[in-house]
Amino acid sequence: MSDNKKNKFKISDYLADITDFVKSAKPKENASANFDEVMGEATDGFPRPELLGKIPDSEARTESSSGSAWNALNNQESSGRRDFLMKAGVFAGAAALLSGANDAEARTTWAEWFQGNYRLMSDKERKESVKRLEARYTEEYGKKTFVDDMPAEKDVLFGYALNIQKCIGCRRCVKACVKENNQSRQDPEIEWIRVIRMEKGTFNKGDMDKGYSGLSGEKHGIQVGGFAHKPAGVVLEGQHYYDPKLVPEKDAFYFPIQCQQCEKPPCVKVCPVRTTYRDPDGIVVIDYNWCIGCRMCMGACPYWARRFNWGPPNLSKEEMNPKTHYFGNRPRMNGVVEKCTFCLQRTRRGRYTACVEVCPVGARKFGNLLDPNSEVRKVLDRKKVFRLRVDLNTYPKFFYFID
Amino acid sequence: MSIRSIIYFGIDLFICSWRGSLFYYGWLAFLGFFIMLAVWGNFEQLTKGMIVTNLNDQVTWGMYLSNFVFLVGVAAAAVTIVFPAYFLKNKHMKHVVVLGEIVAIAAVIMCLLFVVNHMGRPDRAWHMTPSWLPVPIFHGIYNWPNSMLTWDVIVLNGYLALNVFCAFYYMYMKYLGREVNKLIYLPVVYLACVWALSIHTVTAFLINTMPARPMWHHSILPIKFITTAFAAGPSLIIIAFSIIKKVTKFEIGKEVFDFLSKVVLWCLGIALFLILSELVTEFYANTEHSFSLRYLVTGMYGLWGLVPWFWTAMVLMIGGFVLLLIPKIRKNLMLLPFICGMVFVGIWIDKGMGFVIPGFIPSPIGEFSEYTPSLIEIVNSLGNWAVGFMVFTMLAKCAIAISTGEVRYRDPKSIVTQSVDPPSFKGGGTPPWQSGRWGA
Ligand code: SF4
Ligand code: SF4
Ligand code: SF4
Repeated sequence: MSDNKKNKFKISDYLADITDFVKSAKPKENASANFDEVMGEATDGFPRPELLGKIPDSEARTESSSGSAWNALNNQESSGRRDFLMKAGVFAGAAALLSGANDAEARTTWAEWFQGNYRLMSDKERKESVKRLEARYTEEYGKKTFVDDMPAEKDVLFGYALNIQKCIGCRRCVKACVKENNQSRQDPEIEWIRVIRMEKGTFNKGDMDKGYSGLSGEKHGIQVGGFAHKPAGVVLEGQHYYDPKLVPEKDAFYFPIQCQQCEKPPCVKVCPVRTTYRDPDGIVVIDYNWCIGCRMCMGACPYWARRFNWGPPNLSKEEMNPKTHYFGNRPRMNGVVEKCTFCLQRTRRGRYTACVEVCPVGARKFGNLLDPNSEVRKVLDRKKVFRLRVDLNTYPKFFYFID
Repeated sequence: MSIRSIIYFGIDLFICSWRGSLFYYGWLAFLGFFIMLAVWGNFEQLTKGMIVTNLNDQVTWGMYLSNFVFLVGVAAAAVTIVFPAYFLKNKHMKHVVVLGEIVAIAAVIMCLLFVVNHMGRPDRAWHMTPSWLPVPIFHGIYNWPNSMLTWDVIVLNGYLALNVFCAFYYMYMKYLGREVNKLIYLPVVYLACVWALSIHTVTAFLINTMPARPMWHHSILPIKFITTAFAAGPSLIIIAFSIIKKVTKFEIGKEVFDFLSKVVLWCLGIALFLILSELVTEFYANTEHSFSLRYLVTGMYGLWGLVPWFWTAMVLMIGGFVLLLIPKIRKNLMLLPFICGMVFVGIWIDKGMGFVIPGFIPSPIGEFSEYTPSLIEIVNSLGNWAVGFMVFTMLAKCAIAISTGEVRYRDPKSIVTQSVDPPSFKGGGTPPWQSGRWGA
């Protein structure tokens, strides 16, 4: 409780803080495409320093980010019918029809349209795809953009733990997530984390006689007590549109919710084209270039974690974060689904997620569940932990705990 | 069965479907108007994104999927004609069987249009081509058997193919003036009957296998889907047959109406019983899992957008059931189409707006948010219905013309050898079938 009081501050203040936070994370203008500089320094405390700066082919990548990626791509020996068709299509002028925009973009769009499912692609195709995306984003957002394709590391299973006793409902995590992960800012406005404000229960003498007694006519509610249907911190009595001047409020506690990275994810099961699947490190990823927008997964997710790009995302050049990952925060397109990825562009490179870094009260803990010394494992070992909606057997790797 | 006869068949069908009375042209123009509107609507949706619909992250399925679910039922209901015709050897039904198949074709086409409207990226539909298909470049991936949607795509397209085969093969043989080859035709018909059940069952499984949406997560759903489908589908068929009887010379026996109206009656009765069971089950315990149904039936927290829809549906369905129970009314062929109209609309509401949408209200984290379709959604939906009606009208016109013998294959040779009076050729000179210009 004393914790909460100490951390009382104005909501408007944190916006400024967030701006600073993001600024500090931004690369210098004209930075060389050296991976370490682009991806930034590791935050200390994360138990996988050995991963830092590990990039399998940073050399090749550097070349591609220098703006001539499309040429590089075209110069590569092209094999197979897909490439032929791509080019034939370009010559036929169909590509220009597709987008109506400039040539390079039209060609990229055309090539992307033929792109296969990431899991079925050869290594070469994957590299080409990533280079194509880098060139396109670099041009579109006017800054050197890096698209990482770091696969899951061996012997890593990511897990998250959130201390609901500490959370003060400031929504810094929400805003930091939006900045880090290139969400559309308006029309549609997308946020992956929602903080639910849970009303605290109240018991008043006045409700004594408000119950239901059936036909007996007695006053005190033989069948249903007068205190039923009153908030007592049940999920369905919370809501996520609260907007007070100060947090935390006296009569509420807070419950942030985001993708739980289920071990048995119902969203993956229903996806007809295997766009979304569980990677070996336990993160449920989405291949944005493969999603057909059927929204089966949104119907199946019991945690309301998934968001849809109802229109072309609105992300300004200034706000765009150029340090991206194929399955993570690269800018999305119209008509596809997205959700929290545990910031895999950061965490697969040994950094913390944006929400962990920003949380002012340290309510958020993250780490490798297979490493007995990781923070998250320590939480599981020592605290009282629960998961959401265990009755559905989704086995989330997102844990809630109290001290 | 020659190549030439098949080409003639195609040409004759085309001519027949585009020629007709003023009334016929008026009807096509009326449908065409809605289709043109939908062309605009689709253009808007494809260029601006699904933001032009009123769907959102809370209510992610809406008008399009509602109509889809309903129409899968209508498609399946064609079996109420085909089954008695071939399994019960009912000769009255046999006479109209091809019309049942045409209803199925039109309904499945509408289903597919609604699915395309629903998809955020219809341009990527090729991602669904299974990788074992011998299509050269498009190597999709199919999450089969895990994803129910893949099953649905398979059964729906399969059903379309079966019905296209049955209807066109039947018409073609009639066109030639021959009987169908039972060895080819009957196995396909039997398969189509079983398949019809599968399309609606799979669609129900697609929806009720999501525990995240407690309103749908019921094992009652597949049977409820089938009973409502077998009430709504024959209702539509009765209406269509009444119109056909009125405007064409095609004979449709009283027995057909009698049989179909009985099917409507009993399936509607079972459907009402299932709705009652659902209401009692949910309202008695009244847990959080009943919130969607409560929102639908009584409204919750001051939100009641669907309440009038639900009660309208109930009045129409119960009213229709009571009226059909009275034999005199049920057998009155003047009244019957109107009662069927009631039933049809009632079930359309109950299965569409009253079923798909409340499943999303509240959202899994308990947020109540209302949804009403946008103008674009309504325009596109009407357009899809218009396409379906147009397909049905044109195919039915051809089928009827073939059945009554108006359109039939005139083998050039047989005409020359058989006719006592060589037909005069309007263009003057030697008729083409005599000059040999049309080939042997
Ligand atoms: S929380 Fe939802 S989106 Fe995330 S893995 Fe589980 S089911 Fe999928
Ligand atoms: S919307 Fe995309 S990710 Fe979701 S089920 Fe459909 S294809 Fe898969
Ligand atoms: S988790 Fe941390 S950052 Fe997010 S709302 Fe709670 S206190 Fe604020």
